[in-house]
Amino acid sequence: MLGYIVKRLISLAISLFVASVVIFVVVEIAPGDPASFMLGINAQPDTVAALRTELGLDQSKLDRYLSWVGGMLTGDFGTSYTYRTPVVQMIADRMWVSLPLALYALTLSTLIAFPAGIFAAARRGGPGDLAVTGATQLGVAIPNFWFAMMLVLIFAINLRWFSAGGFPGWDKGFWGGMKALTLPAIALALPQAAILTRVMRSSLLDILGEDFMRTARAKGLTERQALWRHGLRNALIPVLTIIGLQFAFLLAGAIIIEQVFFLPGLGRLIFQAITQRDLIVVESVVMLLVFAVIVVNFLVDLAYAAVDPRLRTRT
Amino acid sequence: MTLLRIENLSLAIHGTPILHGISLKIAEGEITALTGESGSGKSMTAFTTMGLLPKGTSTSGTITFDGTELLTVPEPKMCDLRGREIGMVFQEPMTALNPVQTIGAQVMETILIHKAMPPDQAEERAREVLVRVGLPPERFPLTRYPHELSGGQRQRVVIAMAIALRPRLLIADEPTTALDVTTQAQILDLLKRLVKEDGMALMMITHDLAVVSDMADTLNVMRHGEIVESGPTAQVLREMRHPYTRQLFEASRHQADLGKAKAEAPLLSVQNVSRDYPLPRKTPFGPRPMFRAVNTVSFEIKRGERVGLVGESGCGKSTLTRAILGLEPTQGGQITLAGDPVWRDGHPNLKVRRKMQVVFQDPYGSFNPRHRVARLITEPFHLLPDPPKGTDRDTAIAEALIAVGLKPEDANRHIHAFSGGQRQRIAIARALIIKPDLIVFDEAVSALDVRVRAQILDLMADLSRAYGLTYLFISHDLSVVRSITDRVMVMRAGEIVEDRPTADIFHAPNHPYTRELMDAAPQLPDFPEAQDAPHPAL
Repeated sequence: MLGYIVKRLISLAISLFVASVVIFVVVEIAPGDPASFMLGINAQPDTVAALRTELGLDQSKLDRYLSWVGGMLTGDFGTSYTYRTPVVQMIADRMWVSLPLALYALTLSTLIAFPAGIFAAARRGGPGDLAVTGATQLGVAIPNFWFAMMLVLIFAINLRWFSAGGFPGWDKGFWGGMKALTLPAIALALPQAAILTRVMRSSLLDILGEDFMRTARAKGLTERQALWRHGLRNALIPVLTIIGLQFAFLLAGAIIIEQVFFLPGLGRLIFQAITQRDLIVVESVVMLLVFAVIVVNFLVDLAYAAVDPRLRTRT
Repeated sequence: MTLLRIENLSLAIHGTPILHGISLKIAEGEITALTGESGSGKSMTAFTTMGLLPKGTSTSGTITFDGTELLTVPEPKMCDLRGREIGMVFQEPMTALNPVQTIGAQVMETILIHKAMPPDQAEERAREVLVRVGLPPERFPLTRYPHELSGGQRQRVVIAMAIALRPRLLIADEPTTALDVTTQAQILDLLKRLVKEDGMALMMITHDLAVVSDMADTLNVMRHGEIVESGPTAQVLREMRHPYTRQLFEASRHQADLGKAKAEAPLLSVQNVSRDYPLPRKTPFGPRPMFRAVNTVSFEIKRGERVGLVGESGCGKSTLTRAILGLEPTQGGQITLAGDPVWRDGHPNLKVRRKMQVVFQDPYGSFNPRHRVARLITEPFHLLPDPPKGTDRDTAIAEALIAVGLKPEDANRHIHAFSGGQRQRIAIARALIIKPDLIVFDEAVSALDVRVRAQILDLMADLSRAYGLTYLFISHDLSVVRSITDRVMVMRAGEIVEDRPTADIFHAPNHPYTRELMDAAPQLPDFPEAQDAPHPAL
């Protein structure tokens, strides 16, 4: 088991290194001068030169890479050109919205998908299965921004249970913050829950056909007992994979939902940074997202090993 | 005392009749065998008794277990009987256990699910049962996972789960079919011992008449969902009143007419060949340990010879085969076919590859279901520098199909239209079509029923005589090897321990391991009537 963890940690470190090089190359070394790109085509040459010095573009490429990576390791992500504030502060502010939102949505989607998938698989081909499968079709097909607007229309405008958008901040109290995130989390969770339900259902159905399920029945387990005791854990591997992918997506891919609900999240930050050509922010946020994805994958790998003993011995 | 009485049992799945009026009795302390070919309904009889039928089945008749009518008993009561009163052992030990639970938990579950005793006692009982089936906790702690055990050990765990609560009836569905002969002998002994010690009744389902003749008190021969003959085993095998019983028996001991091998010039030469596999590292940065699957093996096969390679799983016979076929490089030694090396300059030598073909075990998995037979059997043409086209190609296809006893028109059909035996004929046609010198048969008849197997063995013998083909015949089944080879090599732990003419080796094995194999293999009894069947040479 320890060997497995060490091995996964090594691959995590290598992935991070490769990702940082790729991001650096794409943003800083790709054709065109970052400084003149950031300032636009009408910029004065001396302004460009000043920015070049400020960004350290007159140094060698290796020095720039090392100081960028070194800065990130020590918590210094540089200063946003547009806002003139430390990038690390901007990201931290947004993270306090995006991370809870992603976790909230993921929890909701898992809470919906597990029971729904198990319910459908246990009633394969029956009316319950058809209803669940039909609902997941719908869940995948409905665009989440439309669904978000419907939620606003019903729960904010008509029923007035929630506010239509904005985020009061966590300093106004935990429940206030959660309340503001509820509609966005539901809007985000719906399509994810639909996908996860389908994965859960088909994964369980595969397992239900396995020989060891028959063995379990021969021991005297009822169908339901066999499903819970032997089916579920075996069916988890593909489900964990999807959950990992979904978390990474929810963290940064919430941009449309953030727009609908006026949430100051990471998605909006990167969108604004791109439109304002603030490369320093873009670079840092992308690296951070890559970091999050890789760490989540690492956690998923550990979860695999916890679920399946065969993976612990294989290296 | 009769424990299980099946009377006039019929079964249909979605309207298709599967069983027709089955009647049989099993008494306590008795072994009753159901035998027959695949599709004869023997497993379905077992699953009906267990109440584990797929959806959409309808049954009639009665199954009475100690006064309880199993076909009409409510499901909760049936769940209570399963595992407690009736246990079941399955064919495939590799997949019959839950891979994510320890063996201890799985054996204990049988006890706990029936609330037979509190958890600490259940653990104690699990330990006892595992000892009984030959898995002492000192060597096989309860915390082991199934993937850490061999096939035979896993089958012992499955048996332990089935007998943990001392059921009065044990149903064993082909319990040794997936196992090696020596493991098979051990498992059969174990089952016999359990019946004797516990007075348990055993319903044994097997296609193997030799196993039956050795084990069963009563024999039921099944065909097309009916019992065609039944009675005490010795009597049934002596009298064989039904022609089908006789056919099965004769096919089981079938001897193909090989003719005299025109073995002269050497064809395949294997010199000091070794093959290593890397194992997982013990520590994250430690060196990779190597496993030597084939250890400096040397032998020769002469042109026209039919040579068998036998050994148990893991002995290296498949690894050796892949090396001979040039599918993998070797770590030492030289393999040549008619003087040309099969592996040259780090690549398989195409010139040699086109002189060798292989026929695999699984007639269902080794064909692409979307292609027609014509395309399937012409696959080896890509090995030729100038493959035949147009009418030449059609002629080649027709010739190959006729040679294996099929019709030229079959070229336009898809593979699903053919039975298992016909598919194996197509596999042989695919091997024949480029007129190879050497054909490797890798367990090529192991998945076939005995009567089909006898036909395929005859076909192989005919082709060998007609075309002077050289065969390397790999199998774990000694009786098959005996019937189709001139010479046998016995492989163990990566080495060939004995290499002698088939007749000699079966008459008087030299090496202790060969003797062990022969002793473990179940034998058909010699009855005077059966000896009337053609039984040449040996």
